Amino acid sequence: MDLEHADCVLIQGSSMAEAHPVGFRWVMRAKERGATIIHVDPRFSRTSAMADIWAPLRVGTDIVFLGGLIRYVLEHERYFRDYVVNYTNAAAIVGRGYVDTEQLDGLFSGWDPASKSYDPASWFYDAGAPAPHSPNEPVVAKDASSQNDPTSQKNPILSNNGADVGSPRDRAVAGGSGARDPSLRHHNCVFQILRRHFARYTPEMVERACGVPQKTFHRIAQELCDNSGRERTTAICYALGWTQHTKGVQVIRSAAILQLLLGNIGRPGGGIMALRGHASIQGSTDIPTLYDILPGYLKMPEALSHEGDDTLAAYVSRHGNRLGWWAHTETYMVSLLRAWYGDAARADNDWGFGLLPRICGDHSHFPTFCDMADNKMEGMFIMGQNPAVGGQNSRLERRALAQLDWLVVRDLVETETAAFWYDSPEIERGELRTREIGTEVFLMPAAGHAEKEGTFTNTQRLLQWREKAVDPPGDARSEAWFIVHLGRRLRARARAEAKANAEAATGADAPLLALTWDYELEGAYLEPKIEQVVIEINGYRFGDGAPVAGFSELRGDGSTACGCWIYSGVYPSKGRNRAAERKPKGRYGHGWGFTWPADRRILYNRASADPEGRPWSERKKLIWWDPAEARWRGFDTPDFPVDKSPHYRPGRPRASGVSAKSDIAAGAARPAPEGLDGLSGLDGHAGTSPFLMQPDGVAWLFAPIGLKDGPLPTHYEPVESPTGNLLYPGQAANPAAERFERPDNPLITSGDPAYPYALTTYRLTEHHTAGGMSRWLSRLAELQPEMFCEISPELAEEVGVSHSDWVVVRTPRGAIEARALVTRRIRPLRIDTQLRVAGTIGPVDPATPSDSPRPDPADPSYSIQSATTSDSVASHFRTIHQVAMPFHWGRRGLVTGDSANDLIPLLGEPNVSIHESKALLCNLEPGRLPRGAPVLRPGLDSGASHEPGERG
Amino acid sequence: MSIDGQLLPEPGRTSAFFTDVTTCIGCKACEVACKEWNLIPATNEINMRWRGRSYDHGQGLGHSSYRHVKFVEQNQPLGGQLTDPEHPFRWVFLSDVCKHCEHAGCMELCPTGAIVRTEFNTVFVQPDVCNGCGYCVVGCPFGVIDRRPDDGRAFKCTFCYDRQVVGEIPACAKACPTDAIRFGPYDVLREQADRRVELLHARGVPEARLETGEGTSVGHTNAFSLLVDRPEPFGLPPNPIVPSMHLKVAWTSALLTAAALGIVLLGAFAVG
Repeated sequence: MDLEHADCVLIQGSSMAEAHPVGFRWVMRAKERGATIIHVDPRFSRTSAMADIWAPLRVGTDIVFLGGLIRYVLEHERYFRDYVVNYTNAAAIVGRGYVDTEQLDGLFSGWDPASKSYDPASWFYDAGAPAPHSPNEPVVAKDASSQNDPTSQKNPILSNNGADVGSPRDRAVAGGSGARDPSLRHHNCVFQILRRHFARYTPEMVERACGVPQKTFHRIAQELCDNSGRERTTAICYALGWTQHTKGVQVIRSAAILQLLLGNIGRPGGGIMALRGHASIQGSTDIPTLYDILPGYLKMPEALSHEGDDTLAAYVSRHGNRLGWWAHTETYMVSLLRAWYGDAARADNDWGFGLLPRICGDHSHFPTFCDMADNKMEGMFIMGQNPAVGGQNSRLERRALAQLDWLVVRDLVETETAAFWYDSPEIERGELRTREIGTEVFLMPAAGHAEKEGTFTNTQRLLQWREKAVDPPGDARSEAWFIVHLGRRLRARARAEAKANAEAATGADAPLLALTWDYELEGAYLEPKIEQVVIEINGYRFGDGAPVAGFSELRGDGSTACGCWIYSGVYPSKGRNRAAERKPKGRYGHGWGFTWPADRRILYNRASADPEGRPWSERKKLIWWDPAEARWRGFDTPDFPVDKSPHYRPGRPRASGVSAKSDIAAGAARPAPEGLDGLSGLDGHAGTSPFLMQPDGVAWLFAPIGLKDGPLPTHYEPVESPTGNLLYPGQAANPAAERFERPDNPLITSGDPAYPYALTTYRLTEHHTAGGMSRWLSRLAELQPEMFCEISPELAEEVGVSHSDWVVVRTPRGAIEARALVTRRIRPLRIDTQLRVAGTIGPVDPATPSDSPRPDPADPSYSIQSATTSDSVASHFRTIHQVAMPFHWGRRGLVTGDSANDLIPLLGEPNVSIHESKALLCNLEPGRLPRGAPVLRPGLDSGASHEPGERG
Repeated sequence: MSIDGQLLPEPGRTSAFFTDVTTCIGCKACEVACKEWNLIPATNEINMRWRGRSYDHGQGLGHSSYRHVKFVEQNQPLGGQLTDPEHPFRWVFLSDVCKHCEHAGCMELCPTGAIVRTEFNTVFVQPDVCNGCGYCVVGCPFGVIDRRPDDGRAFKCTFCYDRQVVGEIPACAKACPTDAIRFGPYDVLREQADRRVELLHARGVPEARLETGEGTSVGHTNAFSLLVDRPEPFGLPPNPIVPSMHLKVAWTSALLTAAALGIVLLGAFAVG
């Protein structure tokens, strides 16, 4: 909604108009007000149609493009200096041990080739550097007052500057409070590192690697710069086009760096909009369906970590922070344990911390399915997901399902996942035979969203209540019903066993028996009372059960329970469900639903005011310090302690009238656990530090810790790329990427002429993800009735097909058929495919221009090596064709077709394990796919040698 | 009358649609909302087929499609838009609908009185009166009205008459996420449209123009559009003609022929 206030909107890695048409309303509003809309995307989509500027981009080169913009901003001195110096870590000095990719040809210091991972210690701030300035001292041009301030000589945080104190995050920034150079000239300050790091991301490089004409690039760079600064703001929107890469997190980091340099975070019409994949997917990370976090982004404890999560104290010291908001980690964890385990979580048993399940490695989607394929799993519940269509390398996933003993699918319809055992490509091809599949499949009918009540949390963190309109038909029930009743039955069974055998009560069943599972049931279907769940999530006082007003009222002494601290405040008093409120007021519609945290519509909005607390400009005012009232006020809930003066400095006597326990408006009233110097939590931050979740209170241009693939974004090619890495020839793909190397997950060697085309996937407005909610509905199904792929007229000619003809799209994982949608909306790009790679990755022989006949992979004399000849360093511009495919179809429903996910490999981004569906290689052949024939050719496509029905 | 800026229907005042291709994102929510509200049957054999007109696989406006989005891919630039300078390109979406003409060809030809003008000055087919004669089908210069194959009765956009009578705006306009379909009194929207064209011209979209039916034989159309091209690429007739336009010529020639015949006849007697 705030997008409407942007002066420029850059949409990249998303076709927002198609996948988020309702959110795009606000982009169109901005456009009506005169904002410039820019779309950077491999294909001209419905979003491009509305944009002022469209730049075609080769798939997988977003970091080159964004890096080019970062370099432009730095070299043309277009960054917002006062913002950058005060609100980011640009001035922090990094330790001398840090070595950049510039020196190491695509690797950072700390790389361990054996474990294929980084040790981040060399990225930490310089703990030994002297303190030229007071910590977090605002530096406004020509203001030298801090130099004369006697308190700056004794730095309270620096005095505590032991590398052994606090969590790893604390240690990473321990030096930063002292080692800063606000002039940004120090050789090893973040700003200078940034400058050197992005030096090679020139406009020429953008043109050579991405295929974006320099003229277009310059126009975009100018638009972003002209629409940023005190008076104007630019917003960036992205979606899965950025995330679904083996470097997805670093693409988003690039955008964050750009927005911070331009001063666009925490301000009206600024920010980075992560357009979430579907309804309430934001909610499903807040209260996670992810394996490695607990509600409210608390870390999941680990069983086998070196540093240990054995006790609550060990956990808190490892995952909490001494400084910044995460100093409250213990409070939130104890409240969560009290909500889940009630009276079984007591002070004398470490608040039941031992009852929490532990993780022991990567339990994300791909490792789970690989384990399943290897017959290491017995059963699985699949709810609201259709991996037989939506899972990558779907053939592997469907075959894995056949290894289970039992499978429970809850869905609105009998999806491809529920029907895999009798209706799948593998059955059709004879690879699997129904009578040989031992999986017992239970299909449980689920209630649709109009048939149950609850909340949605979408992209903008807004909790919106939805009423039940009708009862679900037949045996269909809500998820809450299913989980609550399953829990009741499991607990009844565990209780019976405990009665028979006292040891069972203290064994594996103990956490189950300890759960608070006293949900009231109502109505004819005995549905759990959802309001009661909301109160549990909101938090309540342990004695009388009264809801807490917000997370400020949570305590670490067991007197409160809270199921998800960030949602606290959604149900602040008996009978008041703020998610259901529908009376919007003011510029940001407060009164309509509830935005976590504490109904703040714009995060980090302290950054909308200058260090003195004055709005950067009248036009872009949001919150400001009112000296008369000694509090923050404005159009949004301040994301800052409401009475914390901009002049507050840690270690200085507080100005009169400022509370000694300055905490957030709805923030913690209890002082956080204190450090050695008596300062912790937000008291360790100056009144000029907007980024209160960070231990050092500023936004990180350079991440001294927290990322598994480097402190700065670096361009790597997709694992399957038509070219080598122009920027770092020695490092083609992300070295830290998770590769699932197994025979049934074969990868294409970059440059393999058998797979010459770049492939990307996308979604259509007309269908919903894997199709379970659209292919069965006539009025949606008819809008896009058949699977297709978009190709350019040039590629159509090369392949020999016309519009609407059938083509077979092939990778070593599988082959599918689709209609050719021939359109000029997708353009062949001229790319510099200069490759100079030692070792494994071979270039396309420059002597073999792309228009000459390609080697036929069916030819017995063909080998990948035959193409690996060149060691030329000369630029070699070549036409790269791109193929774009939606992935919504499957074998069932009113409209059917093959699924693009059959083509995608299992590859994981190192930080979040997301797959690489947006950039890979394929081949196109005219015609239809023979039905009933093996899809993979033995000896040619590896992984094809698996015997049908083989059980691992 | 309006609520939160949304103009509402008022009996006695002409209701109108203003559809703007420069804000339409081609999401087809209007098509779906229309079919949902009007309970238009889906016929799998007819509808669920690849047609491949860009992203349009529908049959166009017809008996089971009262709103329809056309996808027009053109090898020419759109004013103010930078795409590929060497290969200019644009993609334009038009959500098309019955025009609810001032001089409605369908209504003129309807022999049963099934097609009427409502208190919102819209053209409405009463399904319980329609006998399926099909005269209206040839009478519509836009090819909008159509007969269902099962019982032969004619259907087209009702302008959500059943919603307007209870003060609700039509389903398509309600569903449109970008307000590309605006609903309101004709005079208000018509003025908005003029201002919109002026704004677009000022912003470097000189090709923006209105298609209102004014100056043609259909008179003004209650549903009018802002286009960025001539009407033909959007499948609209440049000069829609209602059958009654031919009445004068037809009757005149008929009378003249009769008169001439009479003279010849009289002459025959006179001579004879």
